Amino acid sequence: MIIGQRKPLKRIFEMLDPYDRILIAGCGSCVTVCMSGGLKEAEETAAVLRLHRQAEGRPVEVRARVVERQCEPEFLETLDADLPHFQVVLSLACGVGVQRYSLFRPGKLILPGLDTLGSGLPVRQGLWEEVCLGCGDCLLDQTAGVCPITRCAKGLLNGPCGGSRNGRCEANTENHCAWQIIYDRLAARGELNLLEEYRPPKDWSRGHWGGPRRLEREDMPIV
Amino acid sequence: MSKPSNLRKVLEAGHFAVTAEVGPPRFADFAPLRQKAELLRRYVDAVNITDNQSAVARLSSQACCGELARMGIDAVFQVTCRDRNRIAIQSDILGAVAQGVRNILCLSGDHQRFGSDPQAKSVFDLDSVQLVRLAADMTRGLFPGGRKMEVSLEAYVGAVVNPFADPVDLQVIKLKKKARAGARFVQTQCVFDLERFSRFMERVREAGLDREVGILAGVSLLRSAGAARFMQERVPGVTVPEEVVRRLELAPDPEEEGVKICVETIDRMRNVKGVAGVHIMAIALEERVPEIVRRAGLFPRPDPAGQALGPVSCREGNRVDQG
Repeated sequence: MIIGQRKPLKRIFEMLDPYDRILIAGCGSCVTVCMSGGLKEAEETAAVLRLHRQAEGRPVEVRARVVERQCEPEFLETLDADLPHFQVVLSLACGVGVQRYSLFRPGKLILPGLDTLGSGLPVRQGLWEEVCLGCGDCLLDQTAGVCPITRCAKGLLNGPCGGSRNGRCEANTENHCAWQIIYDRLAARGELNLLEEYRPPKDWSRGHWGGPRRLEREDMPIV
Repeated sequence: MSKPSNLRKVLEAGHFAVTAEVGPPRFADFAPLRQKAELLRRYVDAVNITDNQSAVARLSSQACCGELARMGIDAVFQVTCRDRNRIAIQSDILGAVAQGVRNILCLSGDHQRFGSDPQAKSVFDLDSVQLVRLAADMTRGLFPGGRKMEVSLEAYVGAVVNPFADPVDLQVIKLKKKARAGARFVQTQCVFDLERFSRFMERVREAGLDREVGILAGVSLLRSAGAARFMQERVPGVTVPEEVVRRLELAPDPEEEGVKICVETIDRMRNVKGVAGVHIMAIALEERVPEIVRRAGLFPRPDPAGQALGPVSCREGNRVDQG
């Protein structure tokens, strides 16, 4: 799932400062699950925005809505009836949703209400962690199902740096050293020999660094 | 005619090698570097130049190594993977070697989070093992991917290892990978915990790695208990036992105690089987290195890093073995 967190309220208030008819659009998928951009969060954001503007003596009309997925036009269409009334939309979707909406309704200003944190998963109640960078050349078969490109702060492919301490990352001690996890998992499987293989430099052109990627299926379009 | 790596000559001749390191200044002037290098000239076999150590932007390692080469001092060009992609790394290696630098030390690099620019985008296009391979390939006249260089370059390729990082198995495996990738010498993280270091060396010997690479044990000069505490708590990958901190706390002259600890450590290293030399890290205290080398009985050097006569004196025919 895509994880994201709401932008600081101060930043949201600044972005919305020139407007007084605002639609806050939540997204019912990933960001609802990570509790940052669903209907509940849209309503909360609307409430604090109203309070803020009341305190400033500049009342504002805010409505909170949610669609199933903002990355697909079919769902965004369900907001069309309300759209003309509002000057601006604050989208609580990930960066994909914001761009989709913006492209779908070019005449309307769509502002981002979240900071997208990438592809992650829930680790425990209330904690999500980024685990996949979408490098375009998956190597999880070699690393016991743990991605060192994403989960090692240096993205090292041939083993750990010398900086981890007690199994924690030198860059952020809240994170486990990805290579310690890989080692433990391979040891449990009796596959430590995998660690002795040289991993050549990665072909980053298959990832974002080769430019934005496309997925095209020629068999798909219906002419 | 460029002279070959002095460090390589010393190690291949079987002498106990001594290297030291100098951190470049944070301004655009070689003067402090030249001054420190002059102090070290007769006392070490080669001088490392750190590459933006601790992720703090400094006068470039490549430029400083070039200056050492012009001074006739054997330089070890430290290259990290943090700040440059494979294109910039190839270019910097060509630049360093063209200036007469003959040793390349390959490292991952400290994370930028605690450096001068924590907001920087790190690179890590390569990791340190891949970097060793790239540098070693260049000495065989090959660019990455096997394209031929018009003229191959001459360099002695090294790497680092941390005997104190967990899990130790993985450090040994990584060292093996670095040796296979073409590393011929290795400098270790600072050693204060000799017991643990000895256990690490046992593992290294079991794997036969001491015969494949020249292992230089890292020795660091601590100036005070505060400095020791800082290293213990803040420097990634360094282990400082409590008894070392206490020794410095109780000493009337902590810096002198630090020198003593260094000399004792070197003495013990000379008896650890498989250790081929020491790498002395005395950042900001480089002036104490000559004394440490003398007190450890490692002076004179067989082939000092920079003989006064300059490049000619290091040609094979003129070499005078004093060790």
